[in-house]
Formats: sequence, structure tokens, C-alpha cells
Amino acid sequence: MDDLVVSTPVGLFCPAGGFHIDPWGPAERAVVTHVHADHARPGSAAYLCTEASAPFLRRRMGEAAVVQGTAYGERVRLGGAVVSFHPAGHVLGSAQIRIEAAGQVWVISGDYKRAPDPTCPPFEPVRGDVFVTEATFALPIYRWPEPDAVAREVMAWWERNRQAHVASLLFCYAMGKAQRLLAELARLTDRPVLVHGAVAEVSELYRQQGVSMLATTRVAELPARRSYAGELVLAPLSAGGTPWVRRFGEREIALASGWMRVRGTRRRKGYDRGFVLSDHADWPALLRTIEETGAGRVLVTHGYTEELARFLREGGRDAGVLATHFEGEADV
Amino acid sequence: MKAFARLYEELDRTTSTNAKVAAMAAYFRSAPAGDAAWALFFLTQRKIKRLLPTRVLWELTLEMTGMPGWLLEHCYAAVGDGAELVALLVDRPVDRPPAEDLSLERWMEERVLPLKDMDLAAQARAMREYWSDLETLEILVLNKIITGEFRVGASATLAIRALAQVAGVPQPIMAHRVMGDWPPSAGFFQHLLAPEPEHRLDSHPYPFFLASPLEEDPASLGARAEWMAEWKWDGIRAQLVRRGGATYVWSRGEELVTERFPEVIAGATHLPEGTVLDGELLAFRDQVLPFAVLQKRIGRQKLTPSILADAPVAFMAYDVLEEGGEDLRERPLSERRARLEALLARAAAPALRASPVVEGSGWPDLARVREEARARNVEGLMLKRLSSPYRTGRRRGDWWKWKIAPYTIDAVLIYAHPGHGRRATLFTDYTFAVWDQGELVPVAKAYSGLSDAEIAELDAWVRRHTRERFGPTRAVEPVQVFELAFEGIAASTRHRGGVAVRFPRILRWRKDKPAAEADTLDSVKALLTARA
Ligand SMILES: [Zn+2]
Ligand SMILES: [Zn+2]
Repeated sequence: MDDLVVSTPVGLFCPAGGFHIDPWGPAERAVVTHVHADHARPGSAAYLCTEASAPFLRRRMGEAAVVQGTAYGERVRLGGAVVSFHPAGHVLGSAQIRIEAAGQVWVISGDYKRAPDPTCPPFEPVRGDVFVTEATFALPIYRWPEPDAVAREVMAWWERNRQAHVASLLFCYAMGKAQRLLAELARLTDRPVLVHGAVAEVSELYRQQGVSMLATTRVAELPARRSYAGELVLAPLSAGGTPWVRRFGEREIALASGWMRVRGTRRRKGYDRGFVLSDHADWPALLRTIEETGAGRVLVTHGYTEELARFLREGGRDAGVLATHFEGEADV
Repeated sequence: MKAFARLYEELDRTTSTNAKVAAMAAYFRSAPAGDAAWALFFLTQRKIKRLLPTRVLWELTLEMTGMPGWLLEHCYAAVGDGAELVALLVDRPVDRPPAEDLSLERWMEERVLPLKDMDLAAQARAMREYWSDLETLEILVLNKIITGEFRVGASATLAIRALAQVAGVPQPIMAHRVMGDWPPSAGFFQHLLAPEPEHRLDSHPYPFFLASPLEEDPASLGARAEWMAEWKWDGIRAQLVRRGGATYVWSRGEELVTERFPEVIAGATHLPEGTVLDGELLAFRDQVLPFAVLQKRIGRQKLTPSILADAPVAFMAYDVLEEGGEDLRERPLSERRARLEALLARAAAPALRASPVVEGSGWPDLARVREEARARNVEGLMLKRLSSPYRTGRRRGDWWKWKIAPYTIDAVLIYAHPGHGRRATLFTDYTFAVWDQGELVPVAKAYSGLSDAEIAELDAWVRRHTRERFGPTRAVEPVQVFELAFEGIAASTRHRGGVAVRFPRILRWRKDKPAAEADTLDSVKALLTARA
């Protein structure tokens, strides 16, 4: 039986359906798991994604782009294949893609996590013959603490800095992680938070879809020469080390990311604090998910692929690596 | 244990000296005295004997997690620290409530130290139990203590500064109080905090005064007549303490090494009560012997008559810090020197010698004399200001070491190993080789000397040019050449190349030099003969 999905120079391709999945080069039709930049790239003729992803995709690709949104679970026929989206729990709008054709079912996970997240529907296991899984954190050292415990750590850090009259500058992915933090913190405080423009833009789209979060103010809207002592500021990693951060005066800087589980990584990147908060599955969640899909064959992309595939093979499973371009992306 | 783990984390996190001192002072103020004593023990770089090797912790981890060995190695490559690796793999499952917090003192005395008397199976059982009671960071700290690798991100001097603040006594006094061997107990800690020391421990040495490297022309020091010159000995810096009818020999690492040097102890019986000398332990027979001879002596568990005969040791004294029970450290060096010579003349013990004063009327004369250093098995000259007191620690200005240039070679990078601590996820430790009949033979391992930017660049290069992996170690394409410096060289049967180098370090990355032009083993061995 032919593989439903194959690796091509521009990304994963489904010959039966005539579409690419998260292509990094121009494609006729791109089926997009979620709107992170390494998965949703400009240049394709038409995009198919979830309804929740569509507003983000339109903003990213411009009004001229052809973007079609579809509800979770809805079956869409593309060529000789039937395609449907299922919650991946990664960020708002993120989906696994189920492809059915020629009597086979393949499930492409995209990025996913199993930990609770107040900003998006939880991951739903989908049964299939073949499961294509991500492996960003596929080493047993990566096991996540409870997100609400992490949120309390962030609060304690902010509080300590407030008392010391220094600013708390927390770096995080502007799409997804920032909103998750704002939603988690809303359970613990009602103090407003300052945000970088990139975070503000995404948060606005989240709010339009009914996600409730702490009130935010754009740093750019505040008067110049204002004191930031005691404030919490959320900013994308790209703002780190730029003149933008100088305005905050005395500050502590932190990063919220799964990579912060390892001390050396935090120190090497020069953060004062690291909060272990990831939008990816940790090691136990990866293994549990693979189990739950019931898939006889597992293909691994994105991250510690060789490690996960070998571990699965040694456990008696049919597993291999599916080469993609995502490797080495700064996935935080 | 939680408070101590938090202190460890804070010291690890901040690079600010003031913040480190403040964190330690806060801990000393709030912790129970027994905990504070143990914390001080570790913060002043003291160590307990290794109770379990890291290898055993790894085996236990494999057993507990059921993961294959290769996966553990891949995890190690991502973590770069053996103790942390184990902590990240065995830490408490998220659904288990934390156990009650036990004090550092009770951890050490009731759980850690008793491991020493257990068999392997009991140790394994105990470790499993300990791990399940602790959080990630505490497990990391525990593992480091147990494997004898515990180190904190702060120097002993900073810990002493913090404690001096807490006690409200001057720092040099606190430095003196915490010297030597002491039991980490509540009683001892309270004694440290006393406004006036109630009694002095007989065995206690003084804090060592350390010389700074002289990088400029010695003429910048002023008139030659204001300075005394001595040879810079290549031995073990030590203080000889003669008090209460007993003799104690302390190395600079504050280790009591008395029983290693019976001939020095025998000589010391001729010294009057209440004497403290500063000097160097050297292998000596009519003249100074190479450091390798001294090493032979230190390396042996048992001092047999043949070892004592093959590697005789003398104490080369260069200062007297106490005479007749009186602290002389504030007296000028010229006076101390005169007293030292008189003292040693009266003792007339061959194993106690006065480090000779090196003559030479002007700086140029002295520079010529210094050229003899290598042939004399010394590292260069010491320059000491005749009017200076005996200070504490490394204070610039009065004592300078004026070393001869170290040996240098150009060698090829062949293996890269991941570093530790701050450099855990980078390849920072390197093995270098030289040519021998068309083959590269390893001659040195070095890690210091590159800038952070160079380390990052080399790390990226290593990852792209790996030929083979041996666990975390990478064999790389042999193309990068580095200029290495080292302090000494000796023939060795244990090293493949037949030579062993001492204190190798990287001087610079020779990007201009192709690997084929690196040094040969013959040219390295030529340095050996140059020495003899
Ligand atoms: Zn993503
Ligand atoms: Zn991704």
C-alpha cells in the first residue's frame, strides 16, 4: 500500500488529495495545522485551516490570500481524500489533521500538548493506521510541572520584583504562550500586564474569539520616561537584547519555555529565571498519545526524532523518521 | 534542605557579587546553626568524601526508569551535568505530594553520612527513598554532595565576607576563624559568630598570602633595593604549624597533610613552641627535584621506605608568621626574614631550609638570573616588597610572581567533550594531538583559554564536523590547530605519546595554520631534553 503522506522538497505532501501539509515553500493547496511561523508560511495559492486559525492566517498572509476555515471534526473532500481537523491543544486553532484515502487513515499531529490550557480546546486522540507525531521534547528528561504551579511561580517572581522595585520582563512566544500566561495569571490576580505590540496584536484576536485573559496595555501607548518598577511585561523573544528593553530600567528577565527544564540552557541564554511552561507534549505525554491513537505505524518529525523512533522500535513498534524542515527551529 | 537548595539556586542564578553575599548572609542569619555550619562547610569549598560514584547513580536511574542506556546518554548530551541528569529523570512525579522538609543538618547526619557504612544494595534502597522525598533542585544538590562534586557559584572569600557581616567582625579575622579542619556543628558555628574568639585552635594555620602574576616590566615596581627576590618553587605551598608540642602541615587547599611528610615533622621537633612558617614542600636531594618526583610521593597510599628514599622531601621556608606564640604578620618582611634565618639556623634541621635570597644588583641582572629557572626546576622568580606585612588572600602590590614563559606547542583538535556547569550544553573540553609518523597522537586535554565567542564558534564547528561519537564525546575532523601553553613536561609511560604535560591551556586558535604544520611528537619531546 502506498504511503498517504510523503516527504517532498517543500514539505509533507498527500498525493491522493493533492495537497501539502504545513509546506515551507509555495504549494497549490496548503493544509495548515496551526499558525506558528514555522508551520504557516506565505506563498501558497490556497490555505485550508481551522475556523479558529483563519483570522490569524488572514492577518499574516494579507487580505488577498485565499484562506478557508473549517470547523473541528468537519469532513472536507480534497481530491481523492477526506480531510478533517481535530484539536491538538497546542495554541488557539491548532489541529491534528486526519486524512482518509484508499482505505487508510493517517493522522498528522502538528505540534500538540496534553497539559490543560485555558485558551484552547484540549487534544483529542484520533484513531488511525499511521500517526505522524512531533518530537520537540522527546527525551525522558522533559516532564512538565502542573501549569497552575508554574503560574504561581511566575506570580511569586513578579511579587518579589515588585517589592524590590524592579520590572519583571517575561519573554515568551507571542502567539499562544503569552495568551496562555495571561489566562493562567487571570486566576491569580487582576493586576494589568504590559505587553509588546506583537503580543498585543495576537491577544486581540484571542479576545475576539472569547478567550478571557488579564487586561493588557501596550508598552508603546504609555508615556515616555515612565517608571516600570514593579510591572510585569510580556514580550516576544525577538525583542530580547534590543534597545526596546532598555526603557524598563532595573529589571529581571525570564523565559517561559519547556527548554527551561535544564539549568544549563537557561544559564547559557542568560535569563535570570526560567519557567517550565511548554505548548508541546512532554515525554510521558508523547508515549501516552502514541498509545492512544492505536496506530500500527508511527512516523516522527520535528525535534528528537531519531531518539523517539528508536525508542519506539525497541519497544516493538513500527516507527521511523519523517524528514521535515522544522528541525532546529526555535520552538519555545 | 529546601532553604539550602534555594540558596544554591540563587548563587547559581546571579552574577552579582553583592547579591551572592546578600543571599549567603540572609541564609546564615535565618538558618538554624547546625544547618548554617554545614552550609558554610560547603560554601568554603570543603568536601565530604565521595560516598557513591556518579556511575552508580546512573545505574540506579536506569533501573528505576527502565530506559535504555543509549537514551540516558542522549539525555546527558542535552543536560551536560551528571547530577542534574539524574535529578531530571527521577524527580517526584507531578501527582505526588511533597514530603516534609528535613533540615540540612539532619539530611547530612542522618541520611547522607550513614551511606558510607552501607553495602551497595542498602545504598541503592536509601537513594531511591531520598529521591522520592525531594524536589528536582534538592535532588540535584543531594546528588552533587553524595558524589563529592558539590560546588557553588561563589568563592569561599565571598562566603567569609557574608559571615563576617553577620558576625560583625572584620573579614580577615573571620577568614582566620574558618581556616583549617573543623566539624560542621551548631557549636562550631556559634563559636564563629562570637565577637571575640574565646580560644584559638592550636592546629590552625593563618590565611595564605597569594602573589599576583607580574605582567609588566619589573622596573615599574620601583627601586630594586626595595625588593627581595626568591625562586618561585614548583612544589606544594604549605604552612608548618608548631604548637602545643605537636606539628601540623597544611596545604594551601587547607588540607592537613602532616602524615605525608615524616622527615619534615622530624625536622620540626627542633623548632621552638609557637612557631608558624610559610613555605613550599619540594622533592629535594642536594638540590630541587622535578615536580613529577614529588607527585610520586603524594600519589602513594602507603609511604614505604623505598618511596621515602626515592622521593625525599624538604620544606623550603620563606616566611615566619608566628614566633614564640606572637603573630608577626604585621611586621615588615625584612624583619621576618631576619627572624626566619636565625630560627632555622638554631634548628639546624636538614629538612627545613630557608629559601635562598636571589641576588642581582639591578632589574636587568635579575632578568638574566631568571633565565636559569628552567634548568633549576623552578617556575621563575618571586618579588616581595621588603617593607610589606604578610597579607591575606590575593592582594596586588607586595608579592609578585615573575614567571618564565611557559612551553608552547601547536596541536590539532581531535576530540571534543561537553563541558560542565555553565558550559554544560556546549563542547568546551578538548583533546589535542601532535603528529607522529603520519599519525595524530593525543598529548593534552585542555579547556580554558578561549573566549565565549570562540567557544560558541568551535561548538558549532564540532557539531557539523563530527566523525564519530563515543557517548557524549565527539571525534572531529582533524583540521583545527591551537597553540597550547603548559607549565611543565615529563616523560610518562601512562600516556600514549610518552609525555605528560602540566597545566595545559589554550593560548590561541591558529586559524592561519593548516593541520599538517602542527608540531610533531619529536619536537614536543625535544622540550623534555631542553629541560634536563
Ligand atoms: Zn507550534
Ligand atoms: Zn512547530
